[in-house]
Formats: sequence, C-alpha cells, structure tokens
Amino acid sequence: MARVTFDGLGKVYPGGVRAVAGVELVVEDGEFVVLVGPSGCGKSTTLRMVAGLEEITEGALFIGERVVNEVPGKDRDIAMVFQNYALYPHLTVRQNMAFPLERRRAHGGWLSRLVSGSGPEAREEDRQIEAEVTRAAEVLGITDLLDRKPGALSGGQRQRVAVGRALVRRPAAFLFDEPLSNLDAKLRVEMRSELKALHERLGATMLYVTHDQEEAMTLGDRLVVMDGGEVQQCASPREVYEAPANRFVAGFVGTPSMNFLEATIADGSLCVGESVLALDVEVHSVDGRVMLGIRPDRLRMGEAGESCLLRAEVIGVEDLGDRCDVRLGLDGVELVARRPASELARWAAGSSVHVTFHPSDVHLFEPGPHGRRLN
Amino acid sequence: MSGRGTKLLTLALLAGGAALMLFPLWWMLVVSLETPSNAGAATVEVGAISAYPSDPQWGNWTAAMRAVGTVEWEGFLDALANSILITFLTVTATVISCSLVGYALARVRFRGRGPLFAVMLGTMMLPPQVTMIPMFLVFRELGWVDTILPLVVPAFFGNAFFIFMFRQFMAQVPEALVEAARLDGCAHLGVWWRVMLPMCRPVTAITAVFTFIFVWNDFLGPLIYLHSEEKATLAIALNSFRNQYGGLEDVQYLMALSLITMIPCILLFLVAQRQFIEGLGSGAVKG
Repeated sequence: MARVTFDGLGKVYPGGVRAVAGVELVVEDGEFVVLVGPSGCGKSTTLRMVAGLEEITEGALFIGERVVNEVPGKDRDIAMVFQNYALYPHLTVRQNMAFPLERRRAHGGWLSRLVSGSGPEAREEDRQIEAEVTRAAEVLGITDLLDRKPGALSGGQRQRVAVGRALVRRPAAFLFDEPLSNLDAKLRVEMRSELKALHERLGATMLYVTHDQEEAMTLGDRLVVMDGGEVQQCASPREVYEAPANRFVAGFVGTPSMNFLEATIADGSLCVGESVLALDVEVHSVDGRVMLGIRPDRLRMGEAGESCLLRAEVIGVEDLGDRCDVRLGLDGVELVARRPASELARWAAGSSVHVTFHPSDVHLFEPGPHGRRLN
Repeated sequence: MSGRGTKLLTLALLAGGAALMLFPLWWMLVVSLETPSNAGAATVEVGAISAYPSDPQWGNWTAAMRAVGTVEWEGFLDALANSILITFLTVTATVISCSLVGYALARVRFRGRGPLFAVMLGTMMLPPQVTMIPMFLVFRELGWVDTILPLVVPAFFGNAFFIFMFRQFMAQVPEALVEAARLDGCAHLGVWWRVMLPMCRPVTAITAVFTFIFVWNDFLGPLIYLHSEEKATLAIALNSFRNQYGGLEDVQYLMALSLITMIPCILLFLVAQRQFIEGLGSGAVKG
C-alpha cells in the first residue's frame, strides 16, 4: 500500500489539445478517492496517467516516495480494473487471475522449465500463485467459477474476476476505470457495496473513476470533481454536497441538479426579481450580481405573506414513486422542487404557486459557469 | 414458393454443385483402383467408367509409390520428406512473421506506420511472376539454388495478404485487453504471444491451411530452385512420374500417386474447418 501524490500533473496531446491541467492531489495510504465528472472532463486520462497508459507531459507523479513518470505501468506496482473487464477470453478464470503473477515469477518460466524441468523454487512459486488465486477467489466468492472461461460468466461475475486479477497482485494502489458502468442498475448497487466492503477489508489505496455521482458519493472517502481537465473541488462527499466550491460542482453533484437563479446583493440582502431575502452571512460580490443556487429538496412551496416569495408556474410533475419532482417555470428559468409523493395531486400543470427558501439553504456563486462560491 | 420448396431447391442445387466438384476426385479414385485395361478404357471413354471398381487393385497404390524416382521407394520417401520439411517450415514461418508484423501494424505506434502499411498492401498488386527472375538471380548469387532456402526463407519475411488479415483482426481486439496485458507485466512480444495469437486462432488457422495447401501443391517454386532428384518435392516427383508413366496403360499408377499426394490437404481441411467458423472473441469484454 502506498500514498499517491500528484504534483501539478498535466497532459497535453500532440497537436496541443490539453486534456488535464495542473492536478494537485495527495491520495493517502489506504484512502478511497473517487474522480468524478462529466464525459471528457479528464478523469479517465488522469487515471490512465497513474496507470502508465498515458504519458505524463507535465508535473510529477509519486507512488510512495518514488517519481514514476518514466516508469512503465507494469513496474509501478499498481493494478487496474477496466470498464469492460478486459479478461483474456482464451484463459480460464484461474488462469486469468494467475496471469499477472505468472508474468512476475522469478523461477520456472516456460523456457527454464523446458531446459531443466521445474525445480523446487518453481514448485514453491506454483504453490504461492495457487494460494493467492484461491485467497482472492474466496474474498470475492468466485471459487466455484475458477475453471470456467469468461464467455460462460455473467457481467457481475466477470467484473468480480477482473477485481480478482487486480487483488492477487497485492498492489500499492488499485485503479478502477468506471468498473460498474456496464452492469445493470441492481447489480451496480450490489457491486458498489461489495467494493466498499472490500476496501474496508483490505485497507488499500484506491483511485476510482466514475461519471455516476451517486457511485462517487457512496464509495469515496474523498471526491475529486473534475471539469475541463481541471480539479474543481477535492473534499469529502458531504462537503462537496453541502458546500460546493463553485457553480459547476453545485450543478454536477446532486440529483436532480441544483436550481440556479440570477440575483443581486444589496445591503446584506438578496434580491431575486421583486423579492428580497435577508442573508445571515456577509457576502461580497464585485458588481452585486450573483448566482443563487438552491437544492430541489430545499425549495419550499410557500404561502402568501412569507419573505422572498417567488411566483412560479407548474410546468409538469414527475411521479417517482416515493416522491415527486415538480417542474416550475419562473421568468423563463426552469426550477425543480422535490416534494413528498403525498403532494402529487396538489400540483397541477399550469397552476400558479409560490416558492420560497430558507436563507441557510442558499448557495451563492459568482456569475459564470464556474463561478466561485461566495457564502 | 413455400419455405420448404426453397429449401429443397437449395439442397438440390448444393447437391448438384457438390457432385460436379467431387466427380474428378471420384473418377481418380476409381481409375487408381482399376486393372490396367479398365483404367485405360475409363480414361478415354466416359461410358466405361464404373461406379466402383469390381476388382479393386490396392496394389496399384504401393506400386506407384515404389516406382517414383530411380531407386525403389527412396524417390517417394525423399519427396515426401522434402515436402513435409518445406511445408512445415514455411507454414510456421508465415504464421509467426505475418502475425508479428500484423500486431506491429495494428498495435504499436511508430513513425511511418501508415505509409509502411500502404507500401506493404501495394506489394499485393505485383504478380509473383514479375519478381521471379530477379529473385532467382538474388538466390543464385547467394548460392542457394538447389537448396530449400529460396522456398523457405522468404516466408520468414511475411506475406502481404496474411499480414493484412492479421492486422485487421488484431485491430478489432479491444484496446483494454492489450492495456490489461501490459499492466499485468507483458511487453509487446508477450502481448503478441500470450494474448493476441491465442485470440487470433481463426486467422492463424486460415493462414496455416492456405499456406499449407499452396506450398504442398507448389510446382513452380521447387521446379525453379530444386534440381537434384533427392531434393524434389512431391509435386516435382509427380510431374517426373507423369513423364515416365503418362501412357494409357499406366494411368492407374498416375491416379494413385496423385491421390496420395492430395491426402494431407484433404485431412488438414477436415481438421481445421471448425476453426474457420469458430470465433474466439466472445467473453473478452462486454459485448
């Protein structure tokens, strides 16, 4: 196990396309860090740089105390689980899992076996490899699949084998590149908790890439939210959700997305359209313009007479079983309010409603898609 | 037409085609087992061909093998050994060289890969007859004439068509599989040998079988380069045999020897045909 340190890591492709810029991050020994972001945000490229599958063009990468920029992937003491499993189809599960160990054996390669037969060291190594494979198979509950070929396995079983192939190596760090995105929703949730349990059991350093923010929130000790090749925020899932560092993070994390409204600040009060809300914190904005963010579950349907009451029109209601999402139109901006299912009948499309929110639920950002957090 | 009718018509057409293709083979078999007088008659007159020989002369086959060359049995066994050696070396060399080059063109990024691939494809446009004389001059200068080297060594340098096939097949293998193998500790040669080659079994089988059939039956190459009787391949020996026993009274021996020469190709095709049909890519990655 080891700490992984990113020191200004960047990637510029030939032709000048910048995929990743200036990533500063320390993944502590035994920590589970999730890189999350939309497609093309640079998270996979970052992970592939750690794996040695992409050349590092800027900065330095440390695994433990060693700079590994120029070290080939196979010598970095890392193991990677791929999105599409990448199992060798012509080998059995046992052979697939033993493959990385076979490649690293010091004695009894096929040539020396051919020349001098297998000596005691080679036989000892055989036993060790077999023991490692058995141990990993037991941890993952795939002992009865060891003699099957990948073609005869289900998606979930293949993914377990892929994890097993990483596990046998006992690497300094595990890398996961969207390992669950090819599984169906139910299996994904199951595998997610298995991975979490595995991390707790092994205490291994894990670096995990996903575009699924729910997966990121449940798995990670820390989230690294990326966009445009840059780290937008690096914090615990709770902090990322409750205090997003900028408007991008606020919009990306949370389902449905945070609602945004243009507002102005004047004399410690927030003005949205005609309504005014007294703020409980001091906020500085250059020209008084701010972007107000409010989570759908914090948007309240208000009664006349409350402060900061905004008039909106119900566009539609989505029934989600245990709850419903009310889509609202407010001066051409669409908002979503998450309400209990019991209110389903209350909101008819086309009706007019009042919405409001508590000052402590308000997130304020500078204007612009990556506007900094102000409160 | 009903589905059943279409099926019957298809079957009838296929059966007719198969009969047409198999007729020469069956004719050879019948003639090779006939007595000298019947064999001669069956060769010149279609009506004289019987469905099966009434008195099969299995001795024709051993007699034919014995009569090859100037020394009894030796001529045949030499030719057989030469054919086996040349075919084995050429098939092995072709599979190894073509798959290696195909791997490099499909999976190794290097400067000039595209133009090199185009040039290699361009060589397919050259008919082999064009290079025959220059090649002969080169091999003569090297002192390789009347050795098997001119027939075997070029195979170690690949064949454009098979390289193309390997390259196309390997380009379709998911990149993640190659990356996984590299992280698991394989260098390029390891990826080629442990991952790519086992996955390319259908292409390997096609390459091996086609090369086998071509080399086994090759007449021109051995005719140009192999001059001594003890270096002759079966195809050359068969031709000499035809010169010697080409008459109507000996035609059963010629047919017997021709059949014997064909047996390995037929057997190989039967064994390898499953590989042609069977792909091996299933289960590698989410499909």
